[in-house]
Amino acid sequence: MKQFDYVRPATVAEAVAAAAQPGATYLAAGTNLLDLMKGNISRPDRLVDVTHLDGLDQIERLADGSLRIGALVSNADLAHDAEFAKTYPAVAEALLSGASAQLRNAATVGGNLLQRTRCAYFYDTASRCNKREAGSGCDARGGENRTHAVLGWSESCIATHPSDFCVPLLALDAIVEIEGRNGRREIALDELHRLPGHTPERETVLEPGDLILAVRLPPAARGFAAHARYLKVRERMSYAFAIVSAAAALRIEDGKVAEARLALGGVAAKPWRARAAEDVLRGVAPTADAFQEAAWRALADAKPSGDNSYKIELARRIVVRALTLAAAGTPARIPALPASPFASTSGAIHA
Amino acid sequence: MPELNLTSAPAHLRHGSSIGQPLTRRDGVLKVKGQATYAADNHPPGLLFAVIAVSNIAHGRVTSLDVAAAKRHPGVVEVMTPDHKPPLAIDPEIKTNPFVFRMEVLQSNEVRYANQPIAVVIAETLEAATEGAVLLAPRYETLPALVGLDAGKSYVPPVVGVGNPTENHLGDVTAGLASADKQIDAIYETPAQYHNAMEPHAIVAHWNGDRLEIDMPTQGLMLSLARVAELFGIAHDKIHIRSPFLGGGFGSKGLMAGPPVLGIMAAKLVGKPVKLVLRREQMYGPVGHRAPTRQRLRIGADAEGRLTALDHHARTVSSTFDDFYEPAADASHTLYAAPAIRTSHDAVRVNTGTPLFMRAPGEATGSIALESAIDEMAWACGMDPLAFRLKNYAEVEPITGKPFSSKALRACYDQGAARFGWAKRSLQPRQMRDDAGLLVGWGMGTATFPALMFQAEARAVLRRDGSGAMEIGAHDMGQGAWTALAQIAADELGLDIERVEFKAGSSDLPDAGIAGGSAHTATAGAAIHSAGAAVIAKLADLATNDERSPLFGAGNAGVIARDGRLTRRDDESRSESYGEILARAGVAEVEARGTGAPNPAAMEQYAMHAHGAVFAEVKVDPELGQIRVTRMVGAFAAGRIVNPHLVRSQLFGGMIWGLSFALHEEAITDRRSGRIMNANLGEYHIPVNADVPPLDVITVEEHDPHVNALGIKGVGEIGITGSAGAVANAVWHATGVRVRRFPIRIEDLLTQR
Repeated sequence: MKQFDYVRPATVAEAVAAAAQPGATYLAAGTNLLDLMKGNISRPDRLVDVTHLDGLDQIERLADGSLRIGALVSNADLAHDAEFAKTYPAVAEALLSGASAQLRNAATVGGNLLQRTRCAYFYDTASRCNKREAGSGCDARGGENRTHAVLGWSESCIATHPSDFCVPLLALDAIVEIEGRNGRREIALDELHRLPGHTPERETVLEPGDLILAVRLPPAARGFAAHARYLKVRERMSYAFAIVSAAAALRIEDGKVAEARLALGGVAAKPWRARAAEDVLRGVAPTADAFQEAAWRALADAKPSGDNSYKIELARRIVVRALTLAAAGTPARIPALPASPFASTSGAIHA
Repeated sequence: MPELNLTSAPAHLRHGSSIGQPLTRRDGVLKVKGQATYAADNHPPGLLFAVIAVSNIAHGRVTSLDVAAAKRHPGVVEVMTPDHKPPLAIDPEIKTNPFVFRMEVLQSNEVRYANQPIAVVIAETLEAATEGAVLLAPRYETLPALVGLDAGKSYVPPVVGVGNPTENHLGDVTAGLASADKQIDAIYETPAQYHNAMEPHAIVAHWNGDRLEIDMPTQGLMLSLARVAELFGIAHDKIHIRSPFLGGGFGSKGLMAGPPVLGIMAAKLVGKPVKLVLRREQMYGPVGHRAPTRQRLRIGADAEGRLTALDHHARTVSSTFDDFYEPAADASHTLYAAPAIRTSHDAVRVNTGTPLFMRAPGEATGSIALESAIDEMAWACGMDPLAFRLKNYAEVEPITGKPFSSKALRACYDQGAARFGWAKRSLQPRQMRDDAGLLVGWGMGTATFPALMFQAEARAVLRRDGSGAMEIGAHDMGQGAWTALAQIAADELGLDIERVEFKAGSSDLPDAGIAGGSAHTATAGAAIHSAGAAVIAKLADLATNDERSPLFGAGNAGVIARDGRLTRRDDESRSESYGEILARAGVAEVEARGTGAPNPAAMEQYAMHAHGAVFAEVKVDPELGQIRVTRMVGAFAAGRIVNPHLVRSQLFGGMIWGLSFALHEEAITDRRSGRIMNANLGEYHIPVNADVPPLDVITVEEHDPHVNALGIKGVGEIGITGSAGAVANAVWHATGVRVRRFPIRIEDLLTQR
């Protein structure tokens, strides 16, 4: 491997200073970064290991009803926090549908937000990739691209963001707390990831040295606990990225949708909030027709970027199903096959 | 290598014969504790690490390598390139026998496929060697890559598989199709697949003067040794290969490939022991794969559902520089009794590493197409798929007319169908739903695999202390050879298994032949059988010719070897222990060798195949198209079952592979560059635990007096056949959508609501 410096800062301020240097990158669990380094996709000069920083591994309930999740909380610890899973069931379901048990034990909240695309051409250093090497071109266009983006893509890049976790977080208006060279700031998760445009190499709005300290769910996010699901279609039952996924959360009052939240995964370079679909559901009865209409709205701007037009129809169907499942009510327990279309299969059928 | 301490289940589980007992694998405890030494676990003193640099392009030449940059990197010791390498004794392009495949060992700057080795960096650490390989920054002259089944002009290869005729004919297919009441004409496609053994190809090579020590997983110790000997121009007895355990082989570790040869060359170049382990993505090129196929099946049936003709054509690919042809159409030779059969193959050349044997080569690809087509034909005839298969049951091997040495396929159909509950299946597709509204489908497929035999030798020893030994250079790929062959050895020596020192996995032992073709237990078992009989005969001679022995004069009556004693066949009261016989004779031990080989006369007379029937249930989300297999039952008749526990495990593995074939596995090749875009286990999908349903395996009683002395047919590969088609047919039955391109994808099932 390329030789690199390894820095273990004692404080957040030290971390930010160390990571602001050119060629530096943060290391948390490394579940994505180490693979990228082994494959020479990322060749950092300096790793700034934040796993020993104090205070970033807490799940805190704040006085105003918000929840603050430290960036170093592991995906598994968060998903298995009973209070968390009860209050934000779609988020827990999404977490448990991602990766494998071993990866979830290691992977962190902050790292999950910043994981890189799984576009094969990004990982294949012999291919042209504007994201990996700005201006080099995009071999995914015209290549093997049946899993690529159908929303928000550009001629420069058709990659998707692979996170499951981010999808319900986005639906619930999550806020990201960031420490940077100029102090602390917070942004909506929806603003964290950028669409590719002409600069797909810039994947987030983060500046050099910026460190995600926490993700916060605002008080209103608690209001969807009774009707929230995550649904993920993939090519095997586990340990596969979503072809398309959706998080649906409803607040139902008097038989009508008081408020709807909907976000899609696997369709764009960022987790995709479907606000137009949310709007058509406000104040209407949660019916199949309403969900169909929402699905059409959600994918109104979708267009294939390659051999992937099926993903548009699949996404519509997933939206309808996710809304239907959410309307039916959050199950008392997270299914044994979280987020799977087969989640309703009673019990674990395999020995 | 440390002494192997193999353990068995408690003795009280066994009564008399070891064969037939479900012993747990005797190397299991070693493996669980991490004490089983795989090739890459060896670290001789002074070991250096070699890393291969591979080509980014699929076709062209390497025009430059920055060797200086690599050498400047701290820890890098040497860089081996076409301009700087130890010479080989012969040109590796020369095919000295049919089991020699061409390899890329830095003999030129030519690039013939992506991931071809183009240089080797040797360093003090793996990390330094890895970075050195990156720093080589190769430049290329790139030529257009030939990719896919339509890459160029097709041709008819001289043979397919291992020497099989490219075309076979029985009767008049054209007339058979013309006379049919119902016909189907369908094209099926299967993708390139890679073996992906858990253990990557690895070698630790150590030149000790003119002697060469090798730790390397191999399915063919002697074939590998002979290839190394000719490539390096050294005598066989100067080479020692140790291969006690393989972390899977599946055909990719059968023959010497380029990368381990590069490891030996690297060790020679630096004069120190060298370890070379392939990275996962480097296994997608130089170590073989299953070629893609496009298969056209034309089938006719009469008004009663009897086949009138079966025409099976397979297009496949080979590399631009060597020949291996997936014999997919040959799957239609044995199963269904059509009066007219034609099988044929053609191929195109593409920029790929040469395809190779991969678990059930030809049978797996051919089976999913044939079983799908038979299912389509049954539906066209309005018949239940099992009834249709029974209607066309082959009483003799269709293509040759030979009787079967044994064939309990009817019992497989009966027992499998009963266990599965097949009788309740609806004839029409898309009729069954579960409580959650998921579509439910039931499908079946017939399994078949030839009962092969190769040649092997074993050495048996009986010792004065009452113990025995059996030595054979057999290979345990995880299938359980350490256990099953020791069971055979124990019976042949008339000893409890714990009294038999069983040695295997090393090239200084007698040649066990290749562990392939599902023939290893039969082949090595036959040699063990002969060696055991020969050493018992020697011991018996000592006793029956010695007037002081209670067995004196029993030569004509004969003796039985059991529990460490020889007993007069016609008088059980007269017996003597092995120890007593040897002590009185004044010898420490007796030894004998024996061989196993196919019986040409029996092969001439009989068709020899294992058979089976697989039944699968799938559930499909009607809107979203995701598929889950929820039940599989496989009933297999494979002659004598040496160890039911391990056999079930082998068949489980095969059935899971079949499921994977139908629903998951596919190497995705960029159509422009010829590069494989999912060369890792995250993206090259194989089933995870949650994809694998409860598997139910029935081993159907079958006695075969013809295949070999022990009546063993082999179970290593048959589980894939039938299973892949059963899953595909179940998907059709669930959805009414017939998908003919594998693996079946979600988008294939989104067409209907």
